[in-house]
Amino acid sequence: MLRVRNLEAGYNKLKVLRGISVHVGAQEIVTVIGANGAGKSTFLNTVAGVQAPRAGDIEFDGQPIGGMSSFEVVAQGCALVPEGRLVFSPLTVEENLTLGAYTQYKQKRNAAVERQMERVYHLFPVLAERKKQLAGTLSGGEQQMLAIGRALMANPRLIMLDEPSMGLAPLVVKSILETIASLRDDGVTILLVEQNSKAALGIADRGYVMETGSIVLEGTAQELLNNNDVQRAYLGKDYQTIDER
Amino acid sequence: MMFDAKYEAMSRDELAQLQIERLQATLRRVCRNVAFYRTLFNERGIDVEEVRDLDALQQLPFTTRADLQASYPYGMFAVPLRDIVRLHATSGTTGRPLVVGYTRNDLDHWSGLVARQLAGVGVDEHDFVQIAFSYSLFTGGLGFHYGAERLGASVIPASNAANSADQIAIMRDYKTTVLAGAPSSALVMATALEELGLHPEELQLRVGLFGAEPWSDDLRERIEERLHIKAFDTYGVSEIMGPGVAAECEQRSGLHINEDHFIAEVIDPITLAPRQPGEEGELVFTTITKEGFPVIRYRTGDLASLVEGACPCGRTNLRMSRVKGRTDDLVIAQGVKFFPSQLREVIMQQQWISPHIAVIIDRKEGSDTIEVRAAVSEQAPFFDEVSKVSELHDNAVRALRMSLGLSVQLTFVEIATLRREVGSKGMRLSDRREL
Repeated sequence: MLRVRNLEAGYNKLKVLRGISVHVGAQEIVTVIGANGAGKSTFLNTVAGVQAPRAGDIEFDGQPIGGMSSFEVVAQGCALVPEGRLVFSPLTVEENLTLGAYTQYKQKRNAAVERQMERVYHLFPVLAERKKQLAGTLSGGEQQMLAIGRALMANPRLIMLDEPSMGLAPLVVKSILETIASLRDDGVTILLVEQNSKAALGIADRGYVMETGSIVLEGTAQELLNNNDVQRAYLGKDYQTIDER
Repeated sequence: MMFDAKYEAMSRDELAQLQIERLQATLRRVCRNVAFYRTLFNERGIDVEEVRDLDALQQLPFTTRADLQASYPYGMFAVPLRDIVRLHATSGTTGRPLVVGYTRNDLDHWSGLVARQLAGVGVDEHDFVQIAFSYSLFTGGLGFHYGAERLGASVIPASNAANSADQIAIMRDYKTTVLAGAPSSALVMATALEELGLHPEELQLRVGLFGAEPWSDDLRERIEERLHIKAFDTYGVSEIMGPGVAAECEQRSGLHINEDHFIAEVIDPITLAPRQPGEEGELVFTTITKEGFPVIRYRTGDLASLVEGACPCGRTNLRMSRVKGRTDDLVIAQGVKFFPSQLREVIMQQQWISPHIAVIIDRKEGSDTIEVRAAVSEQAPFFDEVSKVSELHDNAVRALRMSLGLSVQLTFVEIATLRREVGSKGMRLSDRREL
């Protein structure tokens, strides 16, 4: 579904992504894990069109999307849940969700948008309870649900999530990740970027380990959990000698 | 049946994406963790970030057997030793042994790949798989063992059965359906079967997977006739993984290479230029999932060709022909790999034996015989003393067994005769086996 080859991106003179090749199959849950600063968010932002690639190819369902603007990427069926949630605090839950449907919204709320909203409320009943509440008054976990719900309003086939566990209590993380995993049953493909590698690998089929802008390992979730390098990547540690204990 | 259809029957396009992802990750890991590759790439001015497609692999330098020997024992490992859960090694007859380390994931992949090749020839969880490969530092025994176990078959680790009659007894009593071993050992068992007065139909055996030494289609026919089985070729290289690199499916139209784990190339062994599919050359492999012991463009020394196109079995991966021979004069006999020159080196260390030798390798009833013809030096003071000559003979035979592990029949001949036989090179090898 998503195929990325040799993707390079950066900020001014800083090269952040040093040739990333990654793929996500239809209805797969794929995670990219790595330490803070490895380039995970830059990777998602570049795929989502928030940031322009410097080189490389991004294909979504066989269509090149590299260099498209973010709203064009969303229109292709590929939505981003940004890091730090970024919900619109002064707006209500319902207004936030409606904004997520901007690709389909035509003056009046049409039936499709209604259906999408029902789906989101079904997935996150707590959002239905608080539909009139201002987003800024929600708890961190609820805001994360809202951010995911807002992305789902565009009816994406691929949803990309940037650190959905950030700043949340372990129990909330568990419940959010379980909900994310359940999206697959609705036919949504998931690309998840996480520092919390253990939680991410708990729901993923496959994963990639990113270190300083490069992919250094690919494998099934179980293989990555078995790999001690994953632990090191998560901790941002590196070993020095081969016989280190 | 396909054990892992997602990967065995993957579209070529998806496979290419998977291969480049895994290759790029492997290159970054070896650069980071293996001093040999870091130095090699630096010296050649190679930036692995420039490897953007599979063709770019051809710009990278080769890894040779000598490189691996120089790294003895752990120089090529790409993970700390605490992550290594298994070691295997080559016999080391041709120099220092090559030591290969496996992580837990490596073992897991390896088992899956051997399970693939077993499933590919119709083996399933109802089968009894008798493993006649040795369980040792050699990869054959444990490689097949774990693969058969992964498949859910009943594994009979029979390598320690003292003789072929014991193997036959196990085979008959335990109702073995699948035999894995060296092709020569299958012939030995066939002979034992005949000597015991048993008919192959008194066994349940139906499939054999053979490898670890070269064998011809002719030998395959003989094994099939005498054991009433279907015999399949498998290809493994310890430095790459062990068994599980490539294997025949039921179509027997070449050996399917597990391309999701290994990228295969065939090169001209002299010019090192790439060879086209169908053209014979040296097999070169790059591992793209190995964690413990990754190798980049490893020259195997085995001669074969690549086969493109879809196989009727539905697998989409590239196939290779059966191995046709070696790029060097490496001989595999009595289960030992050696160069004929090594025999000569041992002989030359013996005082009073002339440095000329003729080596004749043959196969009698499935067992390899190695005859070395040498001459007592004319300068020897005891030239005519039978007991001294006999002592000299026994010492030389012992030295050959000690240093190479070979059981050699040494014959002393007239030095003039030998000189005519071996010519100016000082040695001559004739391999009379019908492989």
